This record gives sequence, C-alpha cells and structure tokens, in this order.
Amino acid sequence: MLQHTVGAPLADTRAPDVPLERRWSERKFTAKLVNPANRRKHRVIVVGTGLAGGSAGATLAEQGYQVVQFCFQDSPRRAHSVAAQGGINAAKNYRNDGDSVYRLFYDTVKGGDFRSRESNVYRLAEISEQIIDQAVAQGVPFAREYGGLLDTRSFGGVQVQRTFYARGQTGQQLLLGAYQALSRQIDAGTVEMHARTEMLDLIVVDGRARGIVARDLVTGEITTHLADAVVLATGGYGNVFYLSTNAKGSNASAIWRAHRRGAWFANPCFTQIHPTCIPRSGDHQSKLTLMSESLRNDGRIWVPKRRADGRAPGEIPEAERDYYLERMYPSFGNLVPRDIASRAAKNVCDAGFGVGPGGLGVYLDFADAVARLGRPAIEARYGNLFDMYQRITAEDPYRAPMRIYPAIHYTMGGLWVDYDLQSTIPGLFVIGEANFSDHGANRLGASALMQGLADGYFVLPTTVNDYIGRGEFEPVEPTHPAVRAVEAEVRERLHRLLWVKGDRTVDSFHRELGLLMWDHCGMSRNESGLRKALERVPELREEFWRSVLVPGGGGDLNQELEKANRVADYLELAELMLLDALLREESCGGHFREEHQTADGEALRDDDRFAYVAAWEHGAVMHREQLVFDHVHPSQRSYT
Amino acid sequence: MSTDIAVPPQKQRPVGRFWASTIGKKTVMAVTGLALVAYLFAHMLGNLKIFLGAADINGYAAWLRTIGEPALPYGVFLWIARVGLIVAVVLHIVAAAQLSLRDRRARPVRYVHGRVSFATSTMRWGGATLAVYVVWHILDLTVGVANRDYVDGQPYHNIVADFSVWWVNVIYIVALLMLGLHLNHGFASAARTLGVATGTIRTVGTVVAVVITGGFLVVPIAVMTGLVA
Amino acid sequence: MKLTLRIWRQSGPRDRGRMVTYRVEDVSPDMSFLEMLDVLNQDLIMRGEQPVAFDHDCREGICGSCGVVINGRAHGPERTTTCQLHMRSFADGDVVDVEPWRAKGFPVVKDLVVDRSAFDRIIAAGGYVTAPTGSAPEAHATPVPKPDADVAFDNATCIGCGACVAACPNGSAMLFTSAKVTHLNVLPQGQPERERRVLDMVEAMDQEGFGGCTNTGECVASCPKGIPLASIANLNREFLRASR
Repeated sequence: MLQHTVGAPLADTRAPDVPLERRWSERKFTAKLVNPANRRKHRVIVVGTGLAGGSAGATLAEQGYQVVQFCFQDSPRRAHSVAAQGGINAAKNYRNDGDSVYRLFYDTVKGGDFRSRESNVYRLAEISEQIIDQAVAQGVPFAREYGGLLDTRSFGGVQVQRTFYARGQTGQQLLLGAYQALSRQIDAGTVEMHARTEMLDLIVVDGRARGIVARDLVTGEITTHLADAVVLATGGYGNVFYLSTNAKGSNASAIWRAHRRGAWFANPCFTQIHPTCIPRSGDHQSKLTLMSESLRNDGRIWVPKRRADGRAPGEIPEAERDYYLERMYPSFGNLVPRDIASRAAKNVCDAGFGVGPGGLGVYLDFADAVARLGRPAIEARYGNLFDMYQRITAEDPYRAPMRIYPAIHYTMGGLWVDYDLQSTIPGLFVIGEANFSDHGANRLGASALMQGLADGYFVLPTTVNDYIGRGEFEPVEPTHPAVRAVEAEVRERLHRLLWVKGDRTVDSFHRELGLLMWDHCGMSRNESGLRKALERVPELREEFWRSVLVPGGGGDLNQELEKANRVADYLELAELMLLDALLREESCGGHFREEHQTADGEALRDDDRFAYVAAWEHGAVMHREQLVFDHVHPSQRSYT
Repeated sequence: MSTDIAVPPQKQRPVGRFWASTIGKKTVMAVTGLALVAYLFAHMLGNLKIFLGAADINGYAAWLRTIGEPALPYGVFLWIARVGLIVAVVLHIVAAAQLSLRDRRARPVRYVHGRVSFATSTMRWGGATLAVYVVWHILDLTVGVANRDYVDGQPYHNIVADFSVWWVNVIYIVALLMLGLHLNHGFASAARTLGVATGTIRTVGTVVAVVITGGFLVVPIAVMTGLVA
Repeated sequence: MKLTLRIWRQSGPRDRGRMVTYRVEDVSPDMSFLEMLDVLNQDLIMRGEQPVAFDHDCREGICGSCGVVINGRAHGPERTTTCQLHMRSFADGDVVDVEPWRAKGFPVVKDLVVDRSAFDRIIAAGGYVTAPTGSAPEAHATPVPKPDADVAFDNATCIGCGACVAACPNGSAMLFTSAKVTHLNVLPQGQPERERRVLDMVEAMDQEGFGGCTNTGECVASCPKGIPLASIANLNREFLRASR
C-alpha cells in the first residue's frame, strides 16, 4: 500500500488581503497588464474546448494572444460540457426573491459542506451575473417568459430561483456560444485549433510550464507545442469509475501527467454522485445517463413502504408509498443537495425498499405535476429528458414513474490552484472541473457551468496577463533537452503499451477498476474497504502492464491505444483517491465515511481536524491548505 | 481590445456570387420553373378550347398572333413569349445540369445499402425525358415536320389527327405523367427555394400538378373516345 | 439475440475499403447499438483482429460524435442518434449493414470514422455573434419575444452529427447550415451580422463540396434533433434577402 508523508503546509497567496467583496477588484487592479501590441508575441496553449477551455481560448485570442488549442474530439463543439442539462446559476435576482451575490456565495460554501475557499467562491458569485449577459449577447437561446425576459427555475440546495436554462440542454447551448466565439477566432487566425489531438504530457522548463507533447489521434504523430503559458481545461476524472455520466472519452491524463510533473492534486477523494441517473440495465452497460436535477422541481421521489414490493408503481396506493425525502427534509423536500439525495436513495435501496432490477432504483414520479400543470407544461419543461428516458428504458415516464439511481457525475477534486487559478507549476493554469477550486466537498446543481465560464471568460484572462506581464520568456527551442526528454518518455510509454501484447482487453481492466472504486470509494466509504482497495489497485496496475492487449500500432487511428493510455493513468490516480479518502476521517459532502455519521445517518464533519484542502505532491506527499471561514461559519448543514 | 481583421471586400460581383452559389442556381431554377408552370397553365386552358369547337380554338390560335397589335407587328408577341420560354428552359436546364453534376460529385462513394430517392430521380430523369419530349412536341404541333397531316393554322385538325394515332397518345400521356411528377415535387421545391416555409405548400404543389396534368390529359382522352372528332 | 453484421472496413483514407461480415451473439435488446459494437470489438481484439473504429463520446445523444448508416438509414431505423438506438429495434437473426457517412465533405478516416471538420469551417465562416467577452450589455436590456426565442432554441439544438448530409441524396449540408443561420438570424443579437452571416456561411458550405438541396426532406427524416424543413426555406429566404 502507498505510504504517505506530510509536507509543509501551503496557502493561497494570491487573494488580496482586503475585505471579501473587494478582493477580485483589487486583484484585477494589481494584476500586471500586457500592452495589446505585445500580447501577440506570446503563445498560450489551451487544452480542452469545453465551457472553460472554449471560453478561455476565445477570450485570450480576442485579447490578442496567439492561442494554440487542443481537443481529443473531432470538433471543439463536442466537449462534454455539451451534456450538462439543467442550467446555470447567477445572482441576478430577477425574481425579486431575495437573491444576491452574497447569498449565492453563502449557498455555494454551505452546499460544498465548508470545504471550499471563500475568496474563490465569492468571486464566482460576483462574476455569475456577467456570464448571463455574455451568453445572451452571443445569442444563447435561454428560456424566456412571454414578456421576452429570461425565465429561471429552482435547483437543489437553494430556496431561490436563480437557475437560467435552455430547456434540458443548457450545457449544449452555452458550449455552442463559447464554441462559436472560438470559431470566430479560428477564422481570424488567432487560434490554431488542433482537433483529434490529445495531450500526453507537460513540458516544464526551468520550473515553468512551457508546452505540451500531444498525439495526433488520426496519424499517430507525436507533436511538441511550445508556449509561454499552458492552460488545462480538461475536465474531471469521474471515468476512474468506468461507469459514470462522463463521456467515454473524458479522461484524467492531462491533469495526471501534469501532476507527475509537479502540479499538486487537491482533494482527489471528493467525487459527486448524482442522485437522478437511469439505472444500469446489464453487464454490457458502457455508461450511465443522467436525468437532470431540474426534474426534482416537479418530480416526487418515493419507494414502496413494503420491502421488495413486487407491484407495479400504479398499483401501489398513496398510503403505501414513502416519499422519503419529503418526510426526512420537510423544508427542502425533493430539492435537497445532491449528496444528501444520493445517500438517501442508497440507504433505502440497501434497506431493501428499492425498485426495478436488483432493487437498485427509486421512483421519480410526475403524476402529481402532470395533474397540476397539465401534460403540455411538463413537456415544455422536460420533454427532451422524458424522450431520452423513454428511448433508453422503453418505458413512458408520462404514464409510469421514472426509475432512477445515483451515479458518479462530477469530481470536485482536481489540480490545486491559487486564486489566480495557477497550479503549483508556474505558468500552468487549471480551469473548470479540472481544478479543485470552488465546490468544496459537494457541488450544487447548475454551478459547474457557472464555474467553467467564470474561469474561462473572466478570471483567466486577467491572471494570465499578470503572469505574462511579470515574466521574462526566453524562447524554448524544440531541441532543448527538457523537451526532448518528455518526447522520449511519451514515445517510450506508448511503445510499452503496444508491446505488452497480453491477453486482457483494456476495457476489462477498466471495468474491474471501476467496480472496485464504486464498491469501496463510491457513495460511502469505510476504512477496511479503502484499505482493501488500496491493496488491490497496485496489483491491478501491475497486471495491466503485464497482460494488457492493445491491438494495432501507433501510426494511425487506434482507439484501443487511446483508451489504454488513459486507463494506465486511472490506475495511478485511483490509488491517490483511495489514500485521500482513507486519511480524511470525517464525512463531508460527497465524501461519506461510514465511521463518521450522526445518529440519524447524516454526514458528520470534523472541522477541527479536517477543515483543510489536501494537496498532494506526486509521491504521496500531502500538503495542507488550512481553510479559513471569516464569513460563513461552518455548521451542521441542515436541510430539514 | 480586439484584433479582428477587417471584413475583406467581396471579391465577386453580386451576380457572379449569386450564380456561383448552390442556392443562387436553385433560385434561378425556381423562378424559371414557376414561369414555365404559369405558361403551362395558360397553354392548358387554351387546349381546353377544343371542347368549344374548331372555330373557337382556331380563332384563339390566330388571336395569339395578333396580341399587342397595332403596337406590335403580327406574330411578334408570340415570338417574344417563345424567346422568353427558351431562355427560361435553357437557364432551368443549365442550372439543373450543373447542380446535378455537383450533387453526384458530393457523394463520390455510394452506399452499399443504397436507397433511391423517388423525388430526386423523378426530377432528374423525368426532367430529361420532358426536355426530349418538348423538342418532339414542337416539331409535331408547332413546326409540323413530325406530323404528316399537319396543316398550318389549323390546330383543331392537327390535334385530332395527332391523337388519332395510338403511339402518339402513348408518348403524350407518358410525357404528361412525367410532367405531373415533375410538378408535384418541383412546385413545392421551388416555393421552398424562394423561402416559403409552410407545410401546406406540398399539397398546393400536388393540386397544381393534378390540375395541369389533368387539363392536358382530357384532350387526347376526348379524341380517343370520340368526344372530339 | 444473434445478428449478422456487414460492416464497412477501411484501414485508412487511401484504402479502398470493403464490407466485412461478422456474427455477434448474446445481444441484449437493452443494449445500445454502440454497446453491441463494443461487444463485437472485445471479441475481435481477443481473436487478434483489428476492432472496428467508430466515433462516439457522450453516448447520451447530445455530443454529435456518433453516427453510422444502418441499413441505408443515417442513425438507423429510429429518429435518434446511433448511441440512443437500442437493439430492441432489431429482431433476432437480422442482417444489419453498417456504413460510414458518405459525402465528399466527410472523407473517411478509418472504418466508420469520418472527418466532419467541414462543419466547423462553415460555423467559423459566420455562425456566431461578434460579442467579445466583457462587451455584453445587461441581459434584460433587449427582451426577445418568446416565439422568436423558441425558434432560435429549436434550431440551436443541432448537434452537428452530419446525419442530414449522410441521408441527403445529394450530400447537401443545407439543413445543418440553415439551423445555425436561423438560430442567430431570428434573434435581435444576430441582426447586425445577419446578411454577412448567411452569405459567408453559404459560400463556405459550397466550397466544402456539399451538394445542393432538392427539398426531398430526407435530411429532416434522419435528424435526431428534429430540425424542420422550414429552416431550409428560411435559409433560402435569408440568402435571397442578403443577395438583393
């Protein structure tokens, strides 16, 4: 098992020491500027084209930088942000329901179970309003009222209606806005776009990030790209679990390679389980599909009161149904935060009340909403989600309740960044889900889109300016020994993967790892399970390198090689997740340790010992960043 | 601060750019096609005069040559119309041929499990058949060289003589059915090309096709059944 | 259930390619079409053969990565994406032909994978609103009538999968282009660039070698997002308006 050591504590030194409300203005003011004419002399690499990467690439290019951008998909428009359904939060207070920047800040810190940094979250709430303005100006077709103004709806964990949406396709619409802005720059020649190109390693020269090594997925060519700063916007690592709501191609290789090169990895055990996903239908299952949290606005969650009740849902009378969220959390009801809703579903299923195959499911019922609002209103709100459900399960959710079950959805952990979103490697910026910064131990619904766009459109342009403005950048030659060394390592690794020529497919390893992680590092965790998994993962990794079978060669499109490379990284990252989960002996947000719960099964935080960010240096060295709460005082989260 | 490059001046002249684009060519096809539909409609109404007797339709044919007199000399209106029709037909065919060629090139490798689009093939092959037919039709009933019984200025006689020959009827009826199919898709397609978005346009197209085809068809049927002799 | 698959295999852009017959067993009706291909691929790998390359990513019908022609129909017999097509749409013993999108604008990369970057170039030619970050007015400064917002949204749902091109007898990209033109041209934010947008996008579309539209509606019948034929009529209208 991995042995860890504790290193020196670290702190975020970039947030100005002024009152919370003024920190971002102050930082913008103190940030060094770069003369527009000088910007075009600097190259910035952006990896990933989701909400964070797309918006960052477009904005940096608008500012005049030469942007070199990468995505593994065949088009920047396909990044997995496209799949976000429900909406995006913003403190516009258009509803006049008492919302404010401060309340969004407060809700987010509380929703994150007091494991996020106040400065970052406050800035996020502050910027949220500008994001909506920006998106509307780009032509993002948000839902509107008949008067022509924007509509909003509720999301989990809050009591105001601050979520802007475009039917069930908000992520798609916001992503297309960013993609179109990026396309404009590609056409103008300010962004050099490399689609179907995957980053395989980071180049660090003299302690600063100066480029990447990438593989052209079509020709297999290994290419080196040099720049003055590197931005990673490569998303989360939920695919460690094999089955998740992530896209099949979503992967952790970029951040894991950067971690191995010196970027510290923060809170790897903070993963989010989304309560409303379609249950799996069999062993062939290749991914899980989310049903937007927005469904909990109108859907009611219940299970039969009788264990293993075999009756069809329609035959179970009202009195024999347990609307357990409404019973346990009367004031938030079905709209409790994700971690709470997920765990409650797991608990009722573990207790034998679950429905559907294997008893792994609960009902999400729209009968009341259809009766109250009429079918057309429900169709207008959720039509595409209902269609999707019907397509996958062949059941009609207008007639029978949906069956849902929690699934891995998002990772709050990620590379450690300071207030400037800069990692522990100078010149390496990490934005969006790839960093750890804003969501603590649990992300509230509709906040991921907000964070990705805040980072890309508004934060990064300021802080990259500052970094470039302060530095001297000697050109790095492609022949530089540090560059050559990274290239050689990348080639060697691909060569090794191809030449194991064993007898197990990449998928079989990935499935085994995923199941292990789901069982021991999933919705609830305990010491013995974590220790067991910590023993198994290194064995599995060793088996992988001994017996994986990757067909074909490296000189053309080879999807198995791509997968093998990613799974090799998951097999390392998984170990760090387990170790982090083992050492965090408390329950908070998505991290639920069975040893640490209240009498009625709620998460029990330990603020005295664990109010810190665990930032891991490669080699299992943990550095603590103590979290300070000047404004929102940690309390037992209460949604009752 | 934006480093956008200013919009480059348009290189091509508007007409060139219009004709070069697929939508421009398609518009030319739509406009010329609709002009031809209007002509066909008038032609069909004129044909129906056969039911009013030889004097009526012969008089009508003679009148066509006197339209515009005295401002226009005898027969000139008809020639203007003919030139207009020829220009329309030529533009229609050139645009169609160029687009068809382009469409074929747009799919250099065909599907193994292919499906044939009925509408597109009736437009292409039907259109080509119609073009051949129109040439024959002019030689038959306008110039008269393909018709042994042709008498200049006696359309009633010429039509009855024509449709008394069975294979002429076969050619005519087949051509009309082709025309019907062509119009059935072509009218709605032209309307869409010109920006009409309503779904009912298909029905309108079908009605136009049926009316025009039916109007033309009753004449040979009447001759064959002896209603007109 | 058991199926016979005839799949287009082509090792690279220069290979001529051919249909190859495979048999798959143990297909569950609850599998998606792509999961069925996964099963085939695992089997091929273990037999020492090359797995079938196909594009896919989100597997929930929104990213637009996947798409193959199944028995002559883009995305297969249901009106959805290939990843959302389930095997319950097939019967035991069926013979299923699987081919890549076929169009000059979409050259085959390998097996069922094609290069759709032409779509990106059409968007880059004008499928955007020039609104540099930071320049936006307050979101409520310009109300948008709900019917316009709804039309914009319906057209903006296009996922750029390319099924319209694959299904069109002429390999035309009109439905794709019309969806973006309609989305942006109907909104007040899209007005300043309205004419330039349509002219530039149509020019880019033509340059990519796509065919012309003959209004057959095959594209609409295959579109997983239900972009209507009215959008093409609207593109024509916008083009004529801008060409005046």
